[in-house]
Amino acid sequence: MKLNFRLVIFAFLIAFGLFFSAPSLLQLESGKKVTLGLDLQGGLHMLLGVKTDEAIKARIKSIAASVKNFSEKKDIIIDSFSFSEDSVSITFLDKDEVKNVKNFISEIKGSVVAVDGAKISISLTKEEILRSQEQAISQAIETIRNRLDQFGLAEPVVARQGENQILVELAGIKTADEEQRARELISRAAKLELMAVDEDRAARVNSMSESDASSYGDVILEDANNPKIKHLVREIPILDGSMLTDAHVGFDQNNRPLISFTLNAEGAGIFGDFTGRSVGKRLAVVLDGKVYSAPVINERIGGGSGQISGHYTVVEAKDLAIALRSGSLLVPIYVMEKRSVGPSLGADSIRASLLALVSGFALVIVFMMFYYGLAGVIANVAVVVNLFIILGVISLLGATLTLPGMAGIVLHIGLAVDANIIINERIREGLRAGIPTSRAISEGYKKAMRAILDSNITQILACTILYVYGTGAIKGFAVTLSLGILASILTAIVSTYGIYQFFMSRIEKDKNYTLWFGMSKRKGA
Amino acid sequence: MELFKEDKVYNFLGKGKIFFIASFVLFFISIGLIAIKGFSFGIDFTGGTVVQVKYTGDAPIDKIRESLKKSELFEHASVSEFGSSQEVVIKTPSSTVGLSHDIGDTTKEILKGTGDFEIRRVDMVGPKVGDELRVKGLSAFLLTLLAIMATVTFRYEWRFALAAIIAIVHDIVITFGFVSYFGVDFNIESVAALLMILGYSIHDTIIVYDRVREHIEESKEADFVHIINEAVSRTQSRTTLTSLTVFFVVLTLFLFGGDIMLGFSFPMLVGVVIGTYSSIFVAAQLVVWTGFSVAAYRQKMADKVKIQAEKERMRSQFESGVM
Repeated sequence: MKLNFRLVIFAFLIAFGLFFSAPSLLQLESGKKVTLGLDLQGGLHMLLGVKTDEAIKARIKSIAASVKNFSEKKDIIIDSFSFSEDSVSITFLDKDEVKNVKNFISEIKGSVVAVDGAKISISLTKEEILRSQEQAISQAIETIRNRLDQFGLAEPVVARQGENQILVELAGIKTADEEQRARELISRAAKLELMAVDEDRAARVNSMSESDASSYGDVILEDANNPKIKHLVREIPILDGSMLTDAHVGFDQNNRPLISFTLNAEGAGIFGDFTGRSVGKRLAVVLDGKVYSAPVINERIGGGSGQISGHYTVVEAKDLAIALRSGSLLVPIYVMEKRSVGPSLGADSIRASLLALVSGFALVIVFMMFYYGLAGVIANVAVVVNLFIILGVISLLGATLTLPGMAGIVLHIGLAVDANIIINERIREGLRAGIPTSRAISEGYKKAMRAILDSNITQILACTILYVYGTGAIKGFAVTLSLGILASILTAIVSTYGIYQFFMSRIEKDKNYTLWFGMSKRKGA
Repeated sequence: MELFKEDKVYNFLGKGKIFFIASFVLFFISIGLIAIKGFSFGIDFTGGTVVQVKYTGDAPIDKIRESLKKSELFEHASVSEFGSSQEVVIKTPSSTVGLSHDIGDTTKEILKGTGDFEIRRVDMVGPKVGDELRVKGLSAFLLTLLAIMATVTFRYEWRFALAAIIAIVHDIVITFGFVSYFGVDFNIESVAALLMILGYSIHDTIIVYDRVREHIEESKEADFVHIINEAVSRTQSRTTLTSLTVFFVVLTLFLFGGDIMLGFSFPMLVGVVIGTYSSIFVAAQLVVWTGFSVAAYRQKMADKVKIQAEKERMRSQFESGVM
């Protein structure tokens, strides 16, 4: 017998399908499994928006802070600051020093300086604005990912979507409380700032308005433990969380949890210098715009470590430490879309769609055997192998199986059967016309092929467009359907033909078309 | 087993007018329905929130409505039973943007005291996302139509492509006429269903077209109407069988998929029936009305073969060194 390459391909397809779908079907420990979408296993899906405008503001502020540092070092006296949406104006006492400052600023990448007497205005170049926005998003993704990694969930998904959106998917969230904790952890800005209390004016804080404070270069901040208490602090912080190297939970003498943090060398230096200069004054520990404590500085603090005490539980302190360690969110994020599915609902959905899949499939199988006899059995084998291949490829690609994806598979069964129906009908036609069996089969395949390819290629093109332009649900649908179509082209055209070739001599010998093709008795060729 | 007499050519086109009128009437009734009644768009498109709550025991719908009235977020909320008497779905056009406290948390607080419940699903879509989904869904649909138009034109002729597109639009409009009439939720899964009907419709149509093309190429028959009758008759058995199997599968999805699948399974169910009808009675028929000429097509094919043969002759001459 000639080597039947079609059967070899079929054997390969069966092996491939079984091997890669086995881990998912049998729930084996090893091997890649089909990842179930959140709609099937339960979990939290969120689309987060990033307020990138805030990144520009922050960038301007940080430039202002370095100008201030520079001026202090050179003993240039700053008269006032004024911030707007995307620029800062600084007025100096001595007009002659402006040139010095201007030279310093023009070395800062992406800044544009305009001089007007003793006043300079700093804004950003277009490229710098874009870069800052871009960076804000990637930083936010990185930060959220770091935090969720430490939260202890299996494989959180944090991915960029579109221009400035972040997709977060958390499988395995079981309760509403757990969900809320995860959301809080994600959204926590965790922006730590050490700010000097404006001791000259602090006594007047309760009678001051925001704009008054701003005219002195100060801001009014709320106390974290008692919102009625206000603090007046210098607007530009001494240090921020970017110089933080570690944060962990500790306990104070009353055994209440607190967070200890450590600064890097640069931070420790700045911190040491500042505390050395400011003995007797207060230092506010500010987290997310709230003052947690404002101790008086007794002596120069070297070593670069500090504490944040507040009224929190151990779990809260732990989450906060995670947030601080993972870096702060430079820009605020907000929810654009949220879908949370409880695990029981997911299980219900799986049960319902599996029921639909199995019963629909069983009906089709019985029907095909009934209508086409052994040809129907061959078609059924092809369709079953098809199913294994789809599952195998999905697990191999690491694609996620969602509800619409499952519907895509269910539907694909119908279409995969169609390829076999077209072939069988063609073969019957040939046999009726009295063509010899082997020629009827080969011509049946040849003729069916054109129709199958024409239609399937059109559908794959359609699926490709769906995949490119569609969103979540549609994408999943397009993936499973195109996989299904490709698999069915292989199994229907190549593999089943191989089976017929294998049995050809027997079919030709017994000419029992009722058994083989489900045809009613008539004179054959 | 066989369903159809294989050698009989049914005169489908002879009754063309009846089906044309039927299609025409259904099509415009559907358009009317969609225009007047519209769709009950899900939050995927309008933005808003859906909360699915399951109670142990019957859900106290009146009590839930009463409690929801207290919150501004649920001012325009609707509460309805979902699947069983234990489960309800609360829909509101509001959405929230806060991460640490969202509308799901609010719902939980509001419903406290209405009984023992579990929140099974909270879907919240902001208005911007809804807009994006609408635009994306529509552009995906139009682009897919264009792609189909291009492939069918390439493989057949532009008249076939035009007829196929009209048939697709016919199928989809009528299907969604039904969706509108029965007030089934139109959500993102419905878009997937819509696109699937599109795929199914073109699949069925192409199988018939393939036969038409084959008959044109292989027979001497000059009467296009007869060619189409023959093609449709020959594919009859296949069309019916496939439609039946797809129908089985979709029907089980519709019956067992539950309410959550309804936005998907209902349009599919209707779409399969309409798509089958149109591939038998509408798609091929439309090609006749586009003024397709068998003689011209044969001439074109003959020219193509001639050019091909000429090319090959040139090549063989070139290769054998004779110029």
